[in-house]
Amino acid sequence: MTVAAPHAGANRIAGKGRLSPARTVSFTFDRRPYTALAGDTLASALLANGVNLVGRSFKYHRPRGVLSAGADEPNALVGVARDAARFQPNVRATAQEVFDGLIATSQNRWPSLAFDIGAGNDFVGRFFPAGFYYKTFMWPAAAWKRLYEPVIRAAAGLGMAPKEPDPDRYANRFAHCDLLVVGAGPAGLAAALGAARAGRRVILADENAVPGGSLLATNEALIDGVPGFDWAAAVVAELSSKDNVTVLPRTTAFGYYAQNMVALAERLTDHLARPAPDAPRERLWQVRAGKVVLATGAIERQIVFADNDRPGIMLASAARLYLNHYGVTPGRKIGVYAACDSAWAAAFDLKAAGVEIAAIVDCRAEVPTDLVARANDLAIGVLAGHAVTGTSGRLRVRSMRVAPLAGGGSREFEIDCLLMSGGWTPSVHLFSQSRGGLAYDAANGRFLPGTAAQDCICVGACNGTLTLEDALAEGAAAAGVTPPDAEETASMAGHLLGAASGAGPRDFVKAFVDFQNDVTAKDIRQAVREGMRSIEHVKRYTTNGMATDQGKTANMHGLAIAAETLGKDIPEVGLTTFRPPYTPVTFGAIVNHARGELFDVTRRTPIHGWAEQNGAVFEDVGNWKRTWYFPRPGEDMAAAVNRECRTTRQVAGIFDASTLGKIEVVGPDAVGFMNLLYTNAWDRLDVGRCRYGIMLREDGYIYDDGVVGRLAEDRFHVTTTTGGAPRVLHHMEDYLQTEFPHLKVWLTSVSEQWAVVAVQGPRARDIVAPLIEDVDLAAMPHMSIRQGRCCGVPARIMRVSFTGELGFEINVPADFGRAVWEAVWERGEPLGMVPYGTEAMHVMRAEKGFIIVGQDTDGTVTPDDAGLGWAVGRSKPDFVGIRGLRRPDLAAGGRRQLVGLRTRDPRTVLEEGAQIVADPHQPVPMKMIGFVTSSYWSDNCGHSIALALIDDGRARLGQTLYVPMASETIAVEVTATVFLDPEGKRLDG
Amino acid sequence: MAEAARIHPLAGRRLALPGLSLEPCPPAERLSLRAGEDALAAIDEALGLALPRRPMASATAGGLAALWLGPDEWLIVADEGAGLAGRLAALTGIAFSAVDLSHRNTAISIDGDKAVLALAAGCPRDLSPAAFPVGACSRTVLGKAEIVLAREAPARFRVECWRSFADYVWNYLVDAAKSA
Repeated sequence: MTVAAPHAGANRIAGKGRLSPARTVSFTFDRRPYTALAGDTLASALLANGVNLVGRSFKYHRPRGVLSAGADEPNALVGVARDAARFQPNVRATAQEVFDGLIATSQNRWPSLAFDIGAGNDFVGRFFPAGFYYKTFMWPAAAWKRLYEPVIRAAAGLGMAPKEPDPDRYANRFAHCDLLVVGAGPAGLAAALGAARAGRRVILADENAVPGGSLLATNEALIDGVPGFDWAAAVVAELSSKDNVTVLPRTTAFGYYAQNMVALAERLTDHLARPAPDAPRERLWQVRAGKVVLATGAIERQIVFADNDRPGIMLASAARLYLNHYGVTPGRKIGVYAACDSAWAAAFDLKAAGVEIAAIVDCRAEVPTDLVARANDLAIGVLAGHAVTGTSGRLRVRSMRVAPLAGGGSREFEIDCLLMSGGWTPSVHLFSQSRGGLAYDAANGRFLPGTAAQDCICVGACNGTLTLEDALAEGAAAAGVTPPDAEETASMAGHLLGAASGAGPRDFVKAFVDFQNDVTAKDIRQAVREGMRSIEHVKRYTTNGMATDQGKTANMHGLAIAAETLGKDIPEVGLTTFRPPYTPVTFGAIVNHARGELFDVTRRTPIHGWAEQNGAVFEDVGNWKRTWYFPRPGEDMAAAVNRECRTTRQVAGIFDASTLGKIEVVGPDAVGFMNLLYTNAWDRLDVGRCRYGIMLREDGYIYDDGVVGRLAEDRFHVTTTTGGAPRVLHHMEDYLQTEFPHLKVWLTSVSEQWAVVAVQGPRARDIVAPLIEDVDLAAMPHMSIRQGRCCGVPARIMRVSFTGELGFEINVPADFGRAVWEAVWERGEPLGMVPYGTEAMHVMRAEKGFIIVGQDTDGTVTPDDAGLGWAVGRSKPDFVGIRGLRRPDLAAGGRRQLVGLRTRDPRTVLEEGAQIVADPHQPVPMKMIGFVTSSYWSDNCGHSIALALIDDGRARLGQTLYVPMASETIAVEVTATVFLDPEGKRLDG
Repeated sequence: MAEAARIHPLAGRRLALPGLSLEPCPPAERLSLRAGEDALAAIDEALGLALPRRPMASATAGGLAALWLGPDEWLIVADEGAGLAGRLAALTGIAFSAVDLSHRNTAISIDGDKAVLALAAGCPRDLSPAAFPVGACSRTVLGKAEIVLAREAPARFRVECWRSFADYVWNYLVDAAKSA
């Protein structure tokens, strides 16, 4: 046996594998430097360097090594970093490609991987039985927060998440194709090639860096006369050259959703030493496929026997892949424990490469004679009808104990590596996610794809197909083409499910079913003994299959042991649900572009910039930024709001009302539609006039309100609340399309067509008038609308008031909003006008008792409850909500009604939401008779003001009620809702 | 009186990357046109253009583009000064709705070999030439924003959105363009 140059790793075998010995890269593992070859995974590189101990298990902190060579890896989870912020915990070393400068660290150990204090758990393991947490950490409840949870988390954990923000970028792509092929093994490639040559749009995704699937592990397969690996490379080269094909390596199809929507996670830079700074790290693909071909292969299982988890014990197929693709042998003296033919191929290849094979132990009494003959030719000892009943070795396996199944004495074999194969589990994850039904194949101990629920077909090993020839044929058939010729002798026949010899119910051994969650055969049996009957319960009780690998190697064994203990057949016990993601997906990929400023839409009005320059403080209203108040130097919020309220009523205030929802209702049946959607009667609203409208839901409760102006016989300018704009339009459109489709009327959102400059206050007309053409403001009555020009641009001018002052709202096309605002400001500022924000707006409307839907109403308030019964057209035959209003409980008197409140101490400002009682001396819990909906300090009134919903409130005018708070009980007097200018004289300036 | 200054919501923005450029479209006249089948002949005549009757279709004539958005809905986009409202105001006796949206919407032109990839970062529509040829249009989404997308040339699209969404749409396209 020759050994490659030492820098490539002592376990690298010269002449084996497909990596170039000339291309080396450097990395560190637990701070020790190592050399790898370009194309290595972290696992192959560590094995090449003789590193077999790579992690500690979750619960018992047992030393663990590399089990597999792919996505199914439960043990070799490490932290991988390129710098402090770019650190990713729980990376499968078998899937991480090594790059120059990679920093890998082991997890779940302290102080070091070889000497780990937590390993004490292993010796007291009998005190950590299945369901341990459920049984132990029950009380006292307070201990959960301070003691149990922190201790459990620290002791039993995976890697630590980095604390720094993720500096990487992530991307998303929606894609469409005729055929999505998942898996670039022989079956998938045959399907993709057939469809691609037929000119169909094909996406081919494979989770590995190199295509070929099972072909990577063998040198024996020939396809169309060339080695399988070369055939795969040639097929991918042809596919990549075609415009109608997208080939995605390093891309995991992790979720299969409705209507052939499949989610893929593409890893773009995790394998690169120096990725471009702007390059996204990962891309989420959301693929809508006409047809999906699942060629996801199969996963080899371990054998469940005593101490089957020592470092150096691995899946036979993994060892074969490490040898034939990476040129790495996992040991120098290797035992093989087989229940399946495929393990023999690994032994043969290793032996041929010069590695000593201690023995092939096969638990089957009868093994194929050709395998035995070949073993004899290679001088490999065969023990058929035998089992490995135990192993020794702390940080690496040192020996295996072999006993005949028929009974008799056991033998010890000195080994440094043990390969095992319990047979193959078809990867039906995605098929099951697609809601396809699974069928149990008892003869071969496996679940196979049954009835498809979507346009999807399974080909190759995931369909239970055992030979290369059949896999290629299925793949080609999926694309309707003739398959290539194939030659391969390897067989995947044979299986063992459940506990093997020596790990039975009476054996007190740790025979691992789930390596990552440290679940043993014993734990599964105990769960059944303690009453778990369904596999779903067994799973949750033992945590079998609940680790980040989702039980890829564990689930079938766990199910078989549970079924055996229950004395039932496997299908009777059921199969746990396959859920996305197939392998862990980063949050970055899921979130992709939606970070920072793209986290959500920030809507700004055309006047936003002016407000910003003038010191405005903004508040979020839905997605809008609205000006909240305009503090002057030295002013706090209260001082600013008081000044804005006072000055607006004394002189004038200017307010950005652009965010108000606006809907243009147009058509010959516009008035009929308005009559149906609003409680008010609109027939007699003259063109040029406005009216306050109330919209109900079907149940009779207030849904929205706003001022509506009639621009023409067949055209209304409807305003809604800022937050209500989209849902009000949808509500209207919904009724129009479903209930009133006969009406000739159309609805168009014009919220953003118009910037709205509101000027309120006694000087409002003086300020605005010089800027207006074609409209005589003096002739405009309160609640009117005119179309004219302002600052030379078209304008809709409304005389309306949400403050109780003389007021105008100038609607101008939005691009002109800023300029018109500035023109009004230039006029008004010398006169003493102030800009005001939403807080002053709220105070001033409360001074007038105007409601805000959603603040003074809560979805159970009728127009009459809100004191707005006058707005309901009593003689109207129909409108949305009319039947709701006639319900006896809505029509009855004494309902909870909106009233005003004044505190006995005028300076006390109530808390919004505070509850109200009639008698503060009654025993707790007191009878609540209502609550405060709006509450402010009113500088204009000189006392606090509040609105409240109170049972039979209007009958309580003048009564004293009480607001019990934590520190005091506040006495309040029930008043009318209007606190200022009840006669409405100020409307005329 | 001097007319108030007009400020475009994306004033001053521009992005040029290899294979991709983004720029705000100039101001345009826009109408939301809603009408039933019975009114279409008269409207066609008034506009001097046959409104497209097929889903996702558009029609252009004389500086005017009509984008089919629904069975009774079109977005009409025209050069400034086209006087769209005036042309339709003369129509009497037929039921339809024409509402000025010139300032509600704004538009971004995205041009280049990577335009489709940048759009595909946020738009779930199939933008292949077969499914979305030149002249195709659709109301769809880009990320969290509603847009109207129109393919004006093999590698050039017009993205219409509401003005307060323009900043988000622009930034989304920039982020997408950088990772396309």
